[in-house]
Amino acid sequence: MMITGAELFVKALKAEQVDTLFAYPGGQAIDLFNALYGEQDIDVILPRHEQGLVHAADGYARSTGKVGVCLVTSGPGATNLVTGIATANYDSVPLVCFTGQVPTGLIGNDAFQEVDIVGITRSICKYAVTVRKREELAAVIRKAFLISRTGKPGVVVVDLPKDIQREYGSDDYPEEIEIRGYKPKLSVHPGQLKKALETLNHAKKPVFLVGGGVNISHAHSEMLKLAEMTGVPVVTTIMGKGAIPTTHDLYIGNLGIHGSYAANTAISHCDVLFSIGTRFNDRITGKTGHFATHAAIIHIDIDPASISRNIEVDIPIVADAKTALLALLEKAQKLDTEEWLEQIRQWKSQYPLSMKTEGLTPEKVIRAINHTFDNAIIATDVGQNQLWATQFLELSEKKQMLTSGGLGTMGYGFPAAIGAQIGNPLKDVIVISGDGGMQMNIQEMATAICYELPITICILNNGYLGNVRQWQEMFFDRRYSSTCMRYRKSCPGSCNAPTERCPEYTPDFMKLAESYGANSIRVTKENEIAAAFENAKHTLKVPTVIEFIIEPEANVMPIVPPGNALDDMILESGDKGI
Amino acid sequence: MKKRWICLFVENDVGVLARISGLFSGKSYNLASLTVGPTEDRTVSRMTISLTSDDRTFEQVKKQLGRCVEVIKVVDYTDIAIHMKELMFVRINNCSDRDIDGIFKISQVFQVSVIDYSPETVLIESVHTENCNNDLIALLEKCYANRIEIVRGGSVAVETLSIAER
Repeated sequence: MMITGAELFVKALKAEQVDTLFAYPGGQAIDLFNALYGEQDIDVILPRHEQGLVHAADGYARSTGKVGVCLVTSGPGATNLVTGIATANYDSVPLVCFTGQVPTGLIGNDAFQEVDIVGITRSICKYAVTVRKREELAAVIRKAFLISRTGKPGVVVVDLPKDIQREYGSDDYPEEIEIRGYKPKLSVHPGQLKKALETLNHAKKPVFLVGGGVNISHAHSEMLKLAEMTGVPVVTTIMGKGAIPTTHDLYIGNLGIHGSYAANTAISHCDVLFSIGTRFNDRITGKTGHFATHAAIIHIDIDPASISRNIEVDIPIVADAKTALLALLEKAQKLDTEEWLEQIRQWKSQYPLSMKTEGLTPEKVIRAINHTFDNAIIATDVGQNQLWATQFLELSEKKQMLTSGGLGTMGYGFPAAIGAQIGNPLKDVIVISGDGGMQMNIQEMATAICYELPITICILNNGYLGNVRQWQEMFFDRRYSSTCMRYRKSCPGSCNAPTERCPEYTPDFMKLAESYGANSIRVTKENEIAAAFENAKHTLKVPTVIEFIIEPEANVMPIVPPGNALDDMILESGDKGI
Repeated sequence: MKKRWICLFVENDVGVLARISGLFSGKSYNLASLTVGPTEDRTVSRMTISLTSDDRTFEQVKKQLGRCVEVIKVVDYTDIAIHMKELMFVRINNCSDRDIDGIFKISQVFQVSVIDYSPETVLIESVHTENCNNDLIALLEKCYANRIEIVRGGSVAVETLSIAER
C-alpha cells in the first residue's frame, strides 16, 4: 500500500511501541500532527516550550527505561531542543528527536524557519540525520531507535523535510536493520574478567565505585548481590547513586567535590578500586594525579573512549554493566573486609554528612521527603538543591533520582518530573529545585495542570543562585556578582550579604502557582515541613508547590576546593581544610 | 608528540566529513591533513588523516572515531609500512631566464615535473611524500623568495605489499 511519509512516521512509532510523544506543532511539522490526529495508541503531550518538552521526554525515558520521543517543528522549534539534547546525551538517555524541516528543494535557501539542526546538534548527540528520500524514511527511523537504545544509549536527531512527509511511498517498516559501522559490544572478555577477580580477591581494602552505567543498564539487583557476595563496600558517583540502597551497610556514600568524607577518604586509601559504569569525570576525581594512588584500578564501561581517558586504569573491560555483573556473579567470592569496613564506619561517624544549622534546613526538607514517600521518583534541578539532594536523599529500588549530572542543566528538574509522572502515574513524583532553576521552565506549570499531574514541587528558596554564590563566598572574597535574585535597580552597585533592607522576592511563587490553579504552600519554619508534605501527598490531580524559605547563605559542605586532591576537603563553612 | 596516520573507512553520506572534522575541532585534536574520496564500493569513502599528538590523545582519537556511527573501520597507519604520496603544485612567478634554468635543474633532482610554462612563470607538479614536498618547498623558498604559490592536496596512503620500507 502507498502511504504518505507522515503516515509512515505514525506507523513507525507504533512499531517501535511508542505510547507517549512529547510534541509541539509548527508549520513544517503540521502534516505529522495531522497524521497523529485522533490516534488512539499514542498519547501526544503538548508542553509549553520545546525545552520543557525535551526535558520531559528525558525524564520519561530515565524513569521508564523506554525511548523518549520528541516531535517539533523546524527552525526555532528545533533549536529550542538543543540544551535538552545535550543534557540527555551527556547522561546517556535514549531519546529520538524528530524535527520538521523545510522542503528539500528549499534547504540552503535561508527559507523561513530553516536551520541546519543536524549541523547544530552533530557534536551533542549520538547520531543526527536528515531524511533526503522518501524511500529511506522507514530505514532511517528504524536505525534511529536502534542506535538510541542500544550500546551506550543516547540522542538521535531525525530531520524530516516537509516534502518527504507528504510524499507517497511504501508502507513497509523493517524489523531488522544492519548498520555496518555500529556494533555495540554484547559480551565481556573472560580473560580480563578473570584478571579483575584475581586482583579483587587479593585486596585488603577494596571499593566498588559505581557510576550511572549500572543504573542505565538496570543492574541494581546484580550490583547489590555482588556487593553482598564479596563484602566489598560501595561508593557511588552522583549518577550511580541508588545502584544499591543508600541505607545498606555496605554503602559508603557519594564521592567527588561534594562527596562524603568517608567516601572520598576510602577512595584515597583503597588498594583495589573496582569501578563500573563511570567515566571518571573531573567532578569526582579532584586532582587526578592524587586520585586513588594506592589502588590497582579495574574499569568496566560500555564506552571504550571512557577507559583510561581521565584516569589511567590497570584492568580495562569494555562491557555493558549488567552483562559484566552477571558474569562476575558466577565467579565472585567472599573477601575478608571486616577490618576495612570498620575503618570506613569510623570515618563515617567521624564526619557524617549533616547540616549543623538550626531551623529550616534543606537537609530537614530532604529527610522529610525520605520519610513521607515510599514509592517515588525525585527529580532535582541543578545547583545547591541538587547537591543537597545527592547528599541526603535515600534511594532504593522503589526510589529513583533523576538529575542532570553531566551537563548540569538548570531548569531540568521540573519538566523532567512532568515526563516521569506521565510515565509513572502510580508513583509519587517530587521535584527538588532552587528558586533560580524553577524560573527557567516555570511555564511548564500549565502542562502539569492540563495533564492533571499531582507532582510535589519543592522550591528551596534562598534568594540566590546559591551554588555560584557559595563559590563567590569561599573563593572570591564574597563578591556576590550577579547571583542575588532579589537584586533590583535601586540596590547599591556592590553587595556582599543579605540585609533587612533587601527588596521583596519576585515572583511570589504562591500567587504564581495559584494563577495556574496549582496547590501552594509556603513553609518558613521547621515544624511546618511534615504537614506540607502530607498535604501535597494527598492532593490529587494538581501539582503542589511548596516554597521553603531557607537560610540565604546556607552552603553545601563538605567541598573539595578546585585543584585539590579528593581527600583534601573543607568540611564545614569557615574551616580552612583538613 | 609524534606524527600519526590513520586510514578511515566511512559511510559515503552527506555530513560525514563534517562529523569527522568536527570531532577534531570540538575535542581540540590537532588535525594536520585530511583527504577523502570514494572507494571501489561507492557507498564507502576512505579518508587518510594525519595528526600530531601524544600517545594518550591518539588513543582517544581512535576510540572517538570508532564510536561514530558513520565510521566503518579505523586503521592505524602510524607504525606500519605504507606507501604515501601527496600531490602538490608549485607556481613560481617573475622568473628570469636564469631562474627558469634553475627550476628545471631542481625538478630533475627532485624528480618532479614542469607541467606548464609561460615566459615569466613556471608550474611544477610534485607527487612525493609529505616530507619530500616539505624539502622541495624549503629549497624553492630559499631560491625564489616571495615568488612562489603552493597548492597542497594532503596525503593519501595505502599499506605496502612486499616492500618493508616506505
